[in-house]
Amino acid sequence: MSETNDEPKNIEEAAIELVSNASVSADVQKSVLPASAIIAGTTPERVDSQPENVDQEMRRLSRRSFMWAGVTLATGFGAWKWINARPQIDGIGAPFRRVMEFNEKLTRSYFSPARLAATFPVSLAREPVLTGEFGMIDAASDPRDWSLTVEGVQGKDEPISLTMADIKALPPFEMVTEHKCVEGWSRVVHWTGVRFADFAAKYPPAAVKGAPPGYVGMATADEAYYVGLDMASAMHPQTLLCYEMNGEPLTAQHGAPLRLAIPLKYGIKCIKWIGTIRYADTKPADYWAERGYDWYAGF
Amino acid sequence: MIDSSVENSQQKKITMKVLVRKHPLAIRWFHWINFPVLMTMIWSGMLIYWANDVYHIGRFKLFPESVYTRFHIASRLSEGIGWHFLFMWFFAINGILYVLYTAISGEWRYLLPGKASIKEAFQVVLHDLHLSKNHPPRRKFNGAQQIAYTSIVVMGAGSLLTGLAIYKSVQFGWITALVGGYETARFIHFWLTIGYCAFFLIHVGQVVKTGWNNFRAMITGYEIVDVGEAGS
Repeated sequence: MSETNDEPKNIEEAAIELVSNASVSADVQKSVLPASAIIAGTTPERVDSQPENVDQEMRRLSRRSFMWAGVTLATGFGAWKWINARPQIDGIGAPFRRVMEFNEKLTRSYFSPARLAATFPVSLAREPVLTGEFGMIDAASDPRDWSLTVEGVQGKDEPISLTMADIKALPPFEMVTEHKCVEGWSRVVHWTGVRFADFAAKYPPAAVKGAPPGYVGMATADEAYYVGLDMASAMHPQTLLCYEMNGEPLTAQHGAPLRLAIPLKYGIKCIKWIGTIRYADTKPADYWAERGYDWYAGF
Repeated sequence: MIDSSVENSQQKKITMKVLVRKHPLAIRWFHWINFPVLMTMIWSGMLIYWANDVYHIGRFKLFPESVYTRFHIASRLSEGIGWHFLFMWFFAINGILYVLYTAISGEWRYLLPGKASIKEAFQVVLHDLHLSKNHPPRRKFNGAQQIAYTSIVVMGAGSLLTGLAIYKSVQFGWITALVGGYETARFIHFWLTIGYCAFFLIHVGQVVKTGWNNFRAMITGYEIVDVGEAGS
């Protein structure tokens, strides 16, 4: 893979190359070469004008080009210094946070609820990797004592409290989708639960300032972990409040008695052991978004 | 500069130096912008890969723990994501403009491999490994270069597609399906990156071997060529 011609070449070839490179910059054309330099055996129009002193001209071109290279290098270095010196916004440099928000805006403007996450045969379902310690019921608490608090429900001034029987009264829904972690791994999982859209139809959000709220926040029963969702993603037909995984009731480690499965988002949004659901008109707090990750985290 | 031999126009042999325009300004910019941008993509990709480093070559894990320690790669996932999803824009825009430029300017004629490229590429490899004395044909880019420089563009397109297949696997689910699913997209995305690193090593090696005049042409656009062996 020689990068170039490093030995003398045939004049005919050279002439052709010169012609093929006819648009020599104005700087070179200014220094018109003397008649004696016209390469013999070629018609004048096939020969490019050459400067009187090639080495001198190359030095001039080099000075100019390397000066540009220097300026570019310095600009790049300055930009890198600048970017690293920006203050942090929720655990990540401000420019990165701004770009995440820009990317989110683009994704949300392109979003369509008709686009579904890929589904798989049940036979491919496996247990998702256990990461983190949030949303695992501690030994002392009994799932039978569990209740779900819902804040901001239409026609209710106070938060309402629901039982598992209330959840299971909604139409059940199953799906086999890929659970994708922000770390990189993915697992096909068989989820059973109720669609959040059905839940929200039964317990609709109260209008905030005359409009339906754009967000929903969820928190574990101990409030140690919390996620925020845009309403469009929450209302997607594949967003489930789950009580079964791979055909079995959820174990404590996988978020019993009720967890979120949202294949539209990274696993960090699939909150376990949900204790509270809050309708909101501003972006709800999100545990990992406060620690340097993208708030939207959506595919 | 014209050698003294030129003074006598009757002489059979003429040797002279000529300035030959080699790389258009636009291509030089695309090339040198791409370099730090791709480096940043690879580096931030490493920070991301650390979080779930699943790939192996045989029994050898990529990468050993010592690499993560030595280069301070561990536990910087969010930072890696931050850089990756900023610089993806520069990588994509620069790459798309490069392809458009080569297509419109006609520069693609030098870059696209032809029928003879594969045979020529073998000649080049044999010549470079000192297994053959046959010098490859002298053109702006030889067959091996044409294959390498076209492959790298195809690889770039592959990185963009598999990247989008991973990043927006639902909204662009058709791309994810096209490249064989999420895990396959991730696999291809990773190995393309290893491919860039291999390309980089060979490319820099060749540039060093070929010398300053050639390297300088990627900065100034011009190469000094000795023209000779012509009768008047």
